[in-house]
This record gives sequence, C-alpha cells and structure tokens, in this order.
Amino acid sequence: MSAARGLVALLVVSAAVVLQVSLFPHVAWEGVVPNLALLVVVGAALVRGPETAAALGFLAGAMIDLAPPADHIAGRWALALVVVGYLAGRMRQEARPSATAVVATVAAASFVGSSVFALSGLLLRDPVLAVTDIVEVVLVAVVWDVLLTPFVLPPVMALFRRLEPAKVAW
Amino acid sequence: MAARDGHDRGAASREKRWRGLDRLARRDRPSRSLLAVLVLAAATMITLDYRGGDDSPLEPARAWAGEAFGPVEAATAGAVRPFAAVPEWFRSRQDLRDDVARLSSENAELRRTVNGTDLDRNRLAEYDGLTRAASDTGYALVPARVVGYGPGQSFSHTVTIDAGTDAGVRADMTVVNNDGLVGRVVRASSSTATVVLAVDSESVVGGRLGSSMEIGFLRGRGMVGERGRLDLDLVDDSVVANQGDVVSTWGSRGGAPYVSGIPIGKVTAIFSSPRETSRRAVVAPLVDFTALDLVGVVVPPGTDSDRGLVEAGGRDR
Repeated sequence: MSAARGLVALLVVSAAVVLQVSLFPHVAWEGVVPNLALLVVVGAALVRGPETAAALGFLAGAMIDLAPPADHIAGRWALALVVVGYLAGRMRQEARPSATAVVATVAAASFVGSSVFALSGLLLRDPVLAVTDIVEVVLVAVVWDVLLTPFVLPPVMALFRRLEPAKVAW
Repeated sequence: MAARDGHDRGAASREKRWRGLDRLARRDRPSRSLLAVLVLAAATMITLDYRGGDDSPLEPARAWAGEAFGPVEAATAGAVRPFAAVPEWFRSRQDLRDDVARLSSENAELRRTVNGTDLDRNRLAEYDGLTRAASDTGYALVPARVVGYGPGQSFSHTVTIDAGTDAGVRADMTVVNNDGLVGRVVRASSSTATVVLAVDSESVVGGRLGSSMEIGFLRGRGMVGERGRLDLDLVDDSVVANQGDVVSTWGSRGGAPYVSGIPIGKVTAIFSSPRETSRRAVVAPLVDFTALDLVGVVVPPGTDSDRGLVEAGGRDR
C-alpha cells in the first residue's frame, strides 16, 4: 500500500517536472515559468506534514536537477525543495487551511525555494549573475506560483488527502 | 496465571496509549533527523557534482534521467505544439495588414541599401558568399525541434531537443537555426540532447568581427528576452568595434564545439574602461532565444542518422 502511495506521488512529481519544461515555456516571462514541482511539494506539505513533504521535495528536486535540459550542479534544487517541504509542513494545521493561508504559504515557499537555489548558486559560483537580476527572477517566480495556486493546489491537496492512511482513532 | 495475563494486557494497553501520545507529540515536533538526512543527501549530491566536473559521478544519473524523461518531454511538447499556435488564430486582418505594411517598408529600405552600395561592396559580398558556401560544404545538419526549456528560476539557459545519439548527435556539436548560432550540445541521450544556449552565463563563444576580422570572446549574460545580450571582449584592445557590426563564430579545431562562420549577433554598444585591458562590446543575438523551435545540429557529412540530414547547398539525403 505504501509502495503504491509512493508510486502515485512519484508520478505526480514527474508530471509536474515534465510540464514545467515542455508546456509552460510557451507562456513564460523571460524564461521564468511557474515552479509546478514546488507547488506539488507545498500541497503535500499542507496535507501530510513536514516529513513526507521534505522527502518528496528531495525527490522532486533531484528530478529537476537531473532531467534534461538541466545543466546546473545537481542537488541544488533538491536542497531547496527539502527546505521548502520542511518549512511548509510546519504550517500544517489540523483544520483545513483557508485559501488565504494556502496562498501565503505558496508565496513564502516559492520565495524561500528560489532564494535557497539562487544562494547555493552564488556560493558555488554556478551562474555568474548580478544580484538584481536574481532578485527579479525570484520575484517573478513568486508571482507565477501564486497565479497557478488556485489551479494546482486544490487537486494536489485532494489527491494527497486521499492517499493519506486512515487515522487511528485513539 | 490469569492475573498475570491481565497484567500483561494492562501493560500492553498502557503501551498503546503511550504510543498514541508519542504520535501526538511527533505531530507537533517533526523529526529533525529525517531533515538532516535529506539536507546531507542534497549537500552530498552538490559536492560530488561540483568536485567531479565533467566526469562527475552524477553523469550516469543524468544520462538515465535523459533516457527516461527525454521521450516524455518530446511527446508532451508534440501534444502541446498545436495549442501554442492558438493565439495566432485571433490575429485580425488589421494586424496582418500592419505586418504587410511594416514588412514592405522594411523591404524597400533593404532594397535601397543594396542598390546604394557600390560595386566593390557587392563584389566582396559575392566572394564572401562563395567562401562561406565553400566552408559550409564540410557540414550537414540534423534537423530537430526544441521540446523542453530549462526554467528561468534555474538561472541556466538550456533546452532539450528531440534528436539524440540515434540521430547522430554527440556532445560538443554546434546548434544553429535559420537566424544564426543557438548554442552547443552538452550531452545527448539516445533520443534527446541538452543544448546550452549562447546567452547562458557559462557559455563562451569565440567570435570574429565582420568588419575588421578581429577576434574576441563572447560571454552570455544569463538573461533571455529583451535583455538577452552577449558581451564581446576583443583580444586586441586597439580595435574599436562599430555599432551594427555582425559577429560570427571563428570556429574551433575540428569544428567542436563551434564550427566557423555562423553569425551570432550585432554590436549594439561599446564600453571601454581604463582599468580593463580590453574593450567590451555588447552584442544583441540574432536568434530569438525565447521562441526557439526548429534548430539544426551541425554534424559531419555521412553521419548515421535516424532522420534525413540536410546537406550543404540545400540537398536532402
């Protein structure tokens, strides 16, 4: 059962990574696209909590790092999405989160995720870019992710809620 | 005996209750160890790839991911392509008429320029065309379509094309389209290949100024779209580049990674600072890197390919 659950999560993340490189570039703003994999990780975090989300974040990040056409140093998105999954998971509450809370979490997660990725790049001198350009890209990415939230987060959260094992009544 | 059983059952139920409380506690305080393991795993990946360079231990993983994701990306791009053309349907007659007016005025201007240049200029252009054709004869093109764009958030500008080793594409091959230089292949799987665009901040291309034949190095700024520019550092600092000069590749030994004579861009601005030893010219690329679709990979003629090669001179094989 757990393997099946993992497989579904893997498929969702792969689909997000593929759509991110093959579908969304048609609407991209100067190459910046909505980070679908990050949205999936945040969705998982809000339903399943930090542990699952951090693990899923590592998986999704490693996929972005390795699937073509990525050519940056591998592991940087993995690190960023682990942090995102963990932090977004801490936001989870018992009650279903309100729409505002979800949007705020996505915005914060997107900002943190892109920033961690950019900072790791600055440390490793991977892309040699001006900081102002980096900040602009990060902010555009936040706007994209928030715009896509109403279309992506509800189905993703519903899916992960269905995948959740039945709670033991104690 | 019975009492002991009862005692055991009591202990078991107490244990269950404790486990329940444990779960309650865990809900509030997520495990730090898992986080630490995942962060360390990511850090290990980064270190291995950073230290490894070109033969990093993660290259097999990349190759595997290329085999797995390449066909899926190609299929998705193929399914999406018809819908990408939808905005075109809504272009009005007025838009088209404006286009025609703009193009005919541009055409008239170009014709005027051509007529205005003197005979020597024309003769030189003919010689130029001749030599280019001669130098082109050595190559053939593998046609390919762009099926995936690296996200801008990754700050590196790379694309996936749907031709791989089966089509004769290998690493370090030049990629062009009908406007000019697109970039070079960094790695290829069986059905897809990853191309680093010339505007990527890691990309360095040897360029030659059309007007003075001076050579220099073009570095990408890592931005695409309106601000996608290349910086040209000329080797000889006494040479001044002129605005509008066309920069072409000067080629590498054996045509890898860049073959010579591919137009890259036009000089738009020139900077020189006393501190720097060379003058820097800003070059606007001829290729629109945000709307790449059909590209060609330069391969040696007679390459085994799963598709028709475009040979020099427009012959198909």
